[in-house]
Amino acid sequence: MSRIAGLFARKNPVFIGFTVAGDPGIEASFGVAKTMIDAGVDLLEVAVPYSDPVADGPVIERAHVRALRAGTTPDDVFALVRRIREHAPALPLVLFTYHNIIHRRGPDRFFSEAAAAGADGVLIVDLPSEESGEVAPYAARYGIDRIVLIAPTTSPERQRTILKDASGFVYLISLEGVTGERDRLPPGIAGLVGAVREKTDLPLAVGFGVSRPEHVRSVVAAGANGVIVGSALVRLIEEHLDDGAAMHEALATAIVALRRGLVPNPEPDMLRRERVEG
Amino acid sequence: MKAGRYGIYGGQYVPETLMSALIELEETYERVRENPEFSRRLSWYLHEYAGRETPLTYCGNLSRDLGCRVYLKREDLLHGGAHKLNNTLGQALMAKFMGKHRLIAETGAGQHGVATAIAGAALDLPVEVYMGEVDTRRQALNVFRMELLGARVVPVASGTRTLKDAINAAMRDWVANLRDTHYLLGSCVGPHPFPRIVRDFQSVIGEEARRQILEREGRLPDTVVACVGGGSNAIGIFYPFSNDDVTLVGVEAGGDGLESGRHGASLSAGSVGVFQGALSYLLQDGDGQALETHSVAAGLDHPSVGPEHAMLKDSGRVHYEAATDAEALHAFRRLSRTEGIIPALESAHAVAYALRAADDLDKDDILVINLSGRGDKDVADVANLHGGVA
Repeated sequence: MSRIAGLFARKNPVFIGFTVAGDPGIEASFGVAKTMIDAGVDLLEVAVPYSDPVADGPVIERAHVRALRAGTTPDDVFALVRRIREHAPALPLVLFTYHNIIHRRGPDRFFSEAAAAGADGVLIVDLPSEESGEVAPYAARYGIDRIVLIAPTTSPERQRTILKDASGFVYLISLEGVTGERDRLPPGIAGLVGAVREKTDLPLAVGFGVSRPEHVRSVVAAGANGVIVGSALVRLIEEHLDDGAAMHEALATAIVALRRGLVPNPEPDMLRRERVEG
Repeated sequence: MKAGRYGIYGGQYVPETLMSALIELEETYERVRENPEFSRRLSWYLHEYAGRETPLTYCGNLSRDLGCRVYLKREDLLHGGAHKLNNTLGQALMAKFMGKHRLIAETGAGQHGVATAIAGAALDLPVEVYMGEVDTRRQALNVFRMELLGARVVPVASGTRTLKDAINAAMRDWVANLRDTHYLLGSCVGPHPFPRIVRDFQSVIGEEARRQILEREGRLPDTVVACVGGGSNAIGIFYPFSNDDVTLVGVEAGGDGLESGRHGASLSAGSVGVFQGALSYLLQDGDGQALETHSVAAGLDHPSVGPEHAMLKDSGRVHYEAATDAEALHAFRRLSRTEGIIPALESAHAVAYALRAADDLDKDDILVINLSGRGDKDVADVANLHGGVA
């Protein structure tokens, strides 16, 4: 069983954290990943920094800019994944990327390097099912799960087409918009989770806008198997650029608080136990 | 060829959230272009409002100097001062037919933003225009024009703060407001069906030019020249000549020279990549990151180009050349003095190529230059570059 399938078989719901490789620097980025994992992230999404991240809101875009200014290349991203893999041998790792990074490297080389570094899945945010034939054979060849995206605007027919390609888990986009924190999540999440649930046995994780423990709770209540938090964590990096210790503390505190939303009525000792296991 | 592809180029490389909007746009477009009421209304706006058809002007002075027969297709005389209005009127009317209540657009030089603001005012649709912060400064006059026309201009401070970042910002707005907003993309770039829609609405340039030159000269021209940034004025004049024995030349922004690395010539000096929704030629580094570009003409200052141009380059049907900033500035002054026509700095790149190529032409050869816009917007900039001496 793959690490991703193993995680969802063992744990439900799971907490997925997102970080941009190379943010706030190439070396510091490993420290950020380590803190996130130690604080209880069940699955880590590592973004490949890109010059034109159109699916992302301002917080994550600025993280891409910081990573690129620090000189982060795809080689550095694979090296980071390798280090994270050594630190957390069982942790499922998903690379989050824009397609031109793969196109430029060539899909064969990209997926082979991703697999060699220890990545379990790849999510290509600007490669809809219409174009995904370009990468499908390579993902399969190197045993990489291809995480697909379904949006609130995706029609039921498209959902079926997209799910034919899916493996690992399905990423449900909670809202119509780019990534970024929101005061409240739209009401339609339960409907989306339910509609997709009828069409697949894969685990469903919800992301975009999820930034508070109560959001996590509502996503779990909607029936999702996982929640994905990005901007709310990336913002903490940005807010503590000049104080590494404070940055790590803020990240760990936030992850512990957000994880509380996974359980309807958490008891304190249960949370402590989970944190140690994570 | 796959739907939405030009050879291997084009496609729809966008986040899933946008796919429903692109599918809706494609379906509407197929329906609308067959709708006689749409054609009637668009035709009214183009002729009675925008001032089509535009003249094909024989340039006696320049022809004498260059030793061939030079014509200018006068898109500078279209309402708004550039070819952009052909597309914005078409798409704004489409938005009406789609029941969208709001237009958003990106702009580089400001011409597309102005043209969208005009179309929005004429068709009673609110307009928001995303513009790189750098461009809002170098095209301050156009910012004022857009605001005067009732549009809201949103300066974009991310990335390189130019056209590509304005497109990114507009795409982000669109993803969040699909249900009531039409993204009025200004060039033949981006995901399918935009390159085709923009080409179709701009083809009126070439259709008129082809008919006008046949009336005037009794034959087709030898060469048609147009500047290429995203490539909409070029594809608009080239497309109706595709199957004719006519040399087509696209002129890109050579900036400080191709060897300097500071330019906007994606076809002449770029490589194949995915950018802003389409596979095309792109100025990128070895890892696939878009490079910073440079041109004296804000409208050509862009790292990629429409996918149909990428196909036309590979097939050899269109020749792509570059003109430097210095050549464009020289052409800007020369056309102003010899013909009394101040070209946009973008269009001056096409004129610059013509000046260079004239040596190889005979006196009976006919050269048509697409004068895609007028240069009033650039006058202050050029004055600053040259200490006020033209």
